[in-house]
Amino acid sequence: MSIFKDAGHLFRFAGLFVLAFLVFLVVRHYVVPKSFGQYGHYRGAAIGEIAQHPAKFAGHEACETCHSDVADKKKAGKHAHVNCEACHGAIFERLPVAEQPKPNLFQRAVALIVRPIPPDPPLLRHAEDPSSVKPVLPDTAMLCARCHMASAAKPKGFPQVVPAEHSNGMPCETCHQPHSPGMDAPVAAAGGAK
Amino acid sequence: MNLSRRQMLILLPAAAVAWKSVLAGSPEESPNYKMTDHWWGMLIDIPKCIGCGNCVRACATENDVPDGYFRTWVERYHRSDWPMTESGEVTANPLIVPEVISPDGGKEGFPAATDESGKYFFVPKMCNHCVDSPCTQVCPVGATFVAPDGVVLVDPTYCLGCAYCVQACPYGCRYVHPTKEVADKCTLCYHRITKGLTTACCEACPTGARQLVDLKDPKDPIHEFLKTHSVQVLKPQMATGAKLFYNDLDGSVR
Repeated sequence: MSIFKDAGHLFRFAGLFVLAFLVFLVVRHYVVPKSFGQYGHYRGAAIGEIAQHPAKFAGHEACETCHSDVADKKKAGKHAHVNCEACHGAIFERLPVAEQPKPNLFQRAVALIVRPIPPDPPLLRHAEDPSSVKPVLPDTAMLCARCHMASAAKPKGFPQVVPAEHSNGMPCETCHQPHSPGMDAPVAAAGGAK
Repeated sequence: MNLSRRQMLILLPAAAVAWKSVLAGSPEESPNYKMTDHWWGMLIDIPKCIGCGNCVRACATENDVPDGYFRTWVERYHRSDWPMTESGEVTANPLIVPEVISPDGGKEGFPAATDESGKYFFVPKMCNHCVDSPCTQVCPVGATFVAPDGVVLVDPTYCLGCAYCVQACPYGCRYVHPTKEVADKCTLCYHRITKGLTTACCEACPTGARQLVDLKDPKDPIHEFLKTHSVQVLKPQMATGAKLFYNDLDGSVR
């Protein structure tokens, strides 16, 4: 075996390489997430995690289980395809912190020890127990104008008005019932904010 | 339990595959949702958009988008008939110099249109969920990807916040989240569409200007719509394979 004579240093070096490679494999096994590469060059489990984000808009079906009268009225009118939550807000939407009720002294004391759980969203509480919360009626003056304020950029066939000229300062719901806004529709005695 | 060597050899690889999927967790939260059955996109019908900003607000609510950042926003374009200087000289091609505004993403509407001449219209924008998306190609760590159902997603636990993807997106649809310090963008309401719901922006749109489409569903009305309408994508010259289809898009939109 004359060719391996004086080759010991090469074998020791090769051994080091093999050892380093094994260390690399072990480290890689613990560092790379298990689902990485399941579908491609990314963590496959991330897809499921993203899908777990809670939804805030429940859809019009959630309202229609109780408010079937409104649903029927809406279906016959021009706002048939406007979803409830588009005007009334998302069912699972929490109140902004500024609008949440102020905690009393006892609640504040408890909050020092236990992190308070924010109250359930008002519309959700209303959906679970209708008498517990009376949802705030949307402000029609602002809400109607958002869509129907005249603008050159809006489609020509879309009904649009300059509120000051159109209603002379009267609230929209004097003539238009928001759930079925056509003028021939019966006007509700009280709809929208005063 | 008596197992022959042959049985053992058959069982071992099967056990390995099963164990791998146990380790990976179940990626599909909804039991009836199969990623390979869908190929998501969106149709935006420009002639129906009234610029009310409902989609922008709904998106911010649904996805906890911080103020001043947008996963979707609405732009108002104004293309004047004759882009002239005060001396009456025509300065440029009207198609390449539109005036574009988007105050607070169009969240609270738009100021009145002042110039009576020319053409005004709204263009809602959001992630195009490109098939060959530049943003996923530049990610150095594999934190953003095109999911098997065609939705471009960001893995927030893997993202480094290097913002390379923010620069790479030709449509400006990404931002670095101010508190989480990771890239953030439209997920096409992935948590909703996997449960059979539509996106928050489609849910809130009063005129049906936005429609979620599933290109793998043969019954989806999008197939008929694409045949019968003049539909465009943004920046087709960039070959991103955008799946945000715009009906009746003006040539000045970039």
